[in-house]
Amino acid sequence: MSNEKKELCLSGTGVTKVFGFGERKTVAVDHVDFSFYSGELISIVGESGSGKTTLVKMLLGLISVTEGDIFFMGQKRDIRSHRKKKEYWKGIQAIFQDPFSSYNIFKKIDAVLLDCIHMRGGRGLSKEKKIEMMTEACRFVNLKYEEMTNKYPFELSGGQMQRLMIARIFLLKPKILLADEPTSMIDACSRATILDMLMELRKETGMMIIFITHDIGLAYYVSDSVYIMERGKIVEFGSANEVILNPKAEYTKRLLTDVPKIHEPWEFSKRKRPMTQEERFSSPQPINIEV
Amino acid sequence: MKNTLRQVFRSGKFVTGFVIFSAILLLAVIYPIISPGNPLQMIGLNSFIKPGTYVSVYDSLNTQRTYTFKLPGAAEKRIDSKLSNEDRLNIKDYLLRFGLPEEAVDIEQTHDLLALWWNNYDPELRLGSTIAENRYFARLDDKLAGIFESEDIEVGELDPDTGEYVRKKMVTETDYVNVSDVANVIRLPLGTDNFGRDTFRELVSAIGTSLQIGLIAGTVATLIGLLLGLLAGYLGGVADDIIMFFSNLFTVIPGFVLLILIAYSIDQSQRGVTTVAIVIGLTSWVWTTRSVRAQVISLRSRDHVNLSKLSGHSLPRLIITDILPYIASYVVMAFILQISSGILAEAGLSMLGLGPKTTDTATLGLMMDWAMRYTAHISGAWWAYYPVVLVIALVSFSLNLMNTGLDQIFNPQLRD
Ligand SMILES: Nc1ncnc2c1ncn2[C@@H]1O[C@H](COP(=O)(O)OP(=O)(O)O)[C@@H](O)[C@H]1O
Ligand SMILES: [Mg+2]
Repeated sequence: MSNEKKELCLSGTGVTKVFGFGERKTVAVDHVDFSFYSGELISIVGESGSGKTTLVKMLLGLISVTEGDIFFMGQKRDIRSHRKKKEYWKGIQAIFQDPFSSYNIFKKIDAVLLDCIHMRGGRGLSKEKKIEMMTEACRFVNLKYEEMTNKYPFELSGGQMQRLMIARIFLLKPKILLADEPTSMIDACSRATILDMLMELRKETGMMIIFITHDIGLAYYVSDSVYIMERGKIVEFGSANEVILNPKAEYTKRLLTDVPKIHEPWEFSKRKRPMTQEERFSSPQPINIEV
Repeated sequence: MKNTLRQVFRSGKFVTGFVIFSAILLLAVIYPIISPGNPLQMIGLNSFIKPGTYVSVYDSLNTQRTYTFKLPGAAEKRIDSKLSNEDRLNIKDYLLRFGLPEEAVDIEQTHDLLALWWNNYDPELRLGSTIAENRYFARLDDKLAGIFESEDIEVGELDPDTGEYVRKKMVTETDYVNVSDVANVIRLPLGTDNFGRDTFRELVSAIGTSLQIGLIAGTVATLIGLLLGLLAGYLGGVADDIIMFFSNLFTVIPGFVLLILIAYSIDQSQRGVTTVAIVIGLTSWVWTTRSVRAQVISLRSRDHVNLSKLSGHSLPRLIITDILPYIASYVVMAFILQISSGILAEAGLSMLGLGPKTTDTATLGLMMDWAMRYTAHISGAWWAYYPVVLVIALVSFSLNLMNTGLDQIFNPQLRD
């Protein structure tokens, strides 16, 4: 994949976000540079509090950028008016970390999905057509539309809510999807399913996914390139193989030692010498089990 | 929404408050319908007439039928109504001072007691220790004259031609009339006020007016508070700074002082009920603004708002569907409190003489004001102010109870 002709889709130079001022100043994102190419799956890895969510919100245009520039499709991003923002959001969408707080509790599921159809200019479609589209989206994420209609999101489980989020993306078909730790707040069984669905969606639409996670092991399995973030700074980036099998930054090495020894737990404890990175990730198993 | 309502009506506190408030509200709405008429009509020519049922003496004499009853104890009752227990004790006191032995005087034996009195009372002796006491004994002696008499009373009419009384009717001890036969009977459950107006009717109409004041003041304050709070909280930046500047200003100057100043500066002729209510509303939005702003600030960065933005919703739609429903319970609670404090503010203003200047409507505050001005408390006319105080207390108690009930439902961490 890496040698194909790559189209620069989203990039930034010196992107910085400072919250508060004076005594309570927090530099959440500190002069980061990045270049994300169309169709790639990029992981941004960092511990909690390293500024990942803040970066996501800046990329989405939900919060202002204190300093630096973001480029979208090779041009400087311009989202100053509501109309331009709306246009931008047709191309870039997100799945948030906490499904329980992602939904308006006063809105029914139908409204959430209808919003997506309307966003893509489907306002004038017949009711039957809209229901057909919603049914298809639900089917894609293994939900039954008949069971979803007229329900409120809070009546679903965390996993179902997150799947509904993917159904939303399925309807919107954006160019870029930002998935901010989409599996960290839901039960272990649902995690693998969610990841599978994301991969499936990517295969179908060829969208670029920016996958945010604190789990460097997971990042290795799913991504083409990896950005490591430490306290607001990007300390290392490159292809997944480069970064994880050959880490240069101390922080990346530390993250790697924190990875639970999932594949060979029993043998490992008997070993005399520490595992090499290749050994640690040489398991033939796919992602589905231990994420 | 149905669920929320069901939950609300399962809260004991809310329901108690709601029932009390509804009862008061129903009284204010229904009573004027079943008993129409001007509630502020001055019907009595005496001030502070005590509560009770008043029967026209004139009409009683002129009823079609009289009935004869021979009730046991009727004579004793008649005597008791003239000779109270206090009077009996005072007679005993007099007789003891006169020099009679204690055992000779029994206040239970009316006949013996009065015989002793008539034998021994002499106004010249001045046995009372003060002039007032001596006057009292003289008055008592007058009152007791003819207490045992039971002769018929002759009702006569002066003949204008001859200048002689012509007998019209004889009234005997055993004559009774049916109250429903008497053309004019007036029931005054709370007597009258200083102007001779039926206090109960006046109170009911005052409740209505005061609730209106509370409602107007509460609506004005809540609307302003909500609008400014939403703007400050959602827009932030300069809008927030300006709004917070004014709300800080209003916080530093106590609302009530400001209210007094504004009320004072409004021309008396213009100080109607609605004006006062609006002025109260205009000075009490600060609290709502601040709390709405705080709520909105915490809401605006929530993910559901972000998701709504990503779905391309416009700002007004965002505020209406993603912010307002979340703060609705809060706003309702604030509104309830504003009604209560609006009613209290009117009462406070009126007692300072700055309430609505009107002679054709009563408010709870004005009733308190009138009762104080005409010194009801000194005249012992409790009915002119206690019921008003009680109603004010009940209204604000019930509203606060509803508020607390709602608070426990919507802020579960406060639940005990
Ligand atoms: N709205 C905000 N106001 C002030 N500080 C914030 C705000 N949002 C995030 N931060 C701070 O920015 C830093 C990065 O947070 P975040 O982007 O949420 O990290 P992550 O998603 O990697 O866990 C944290 O120290 C956090 O406290
Ligand atoms: Mg985060």
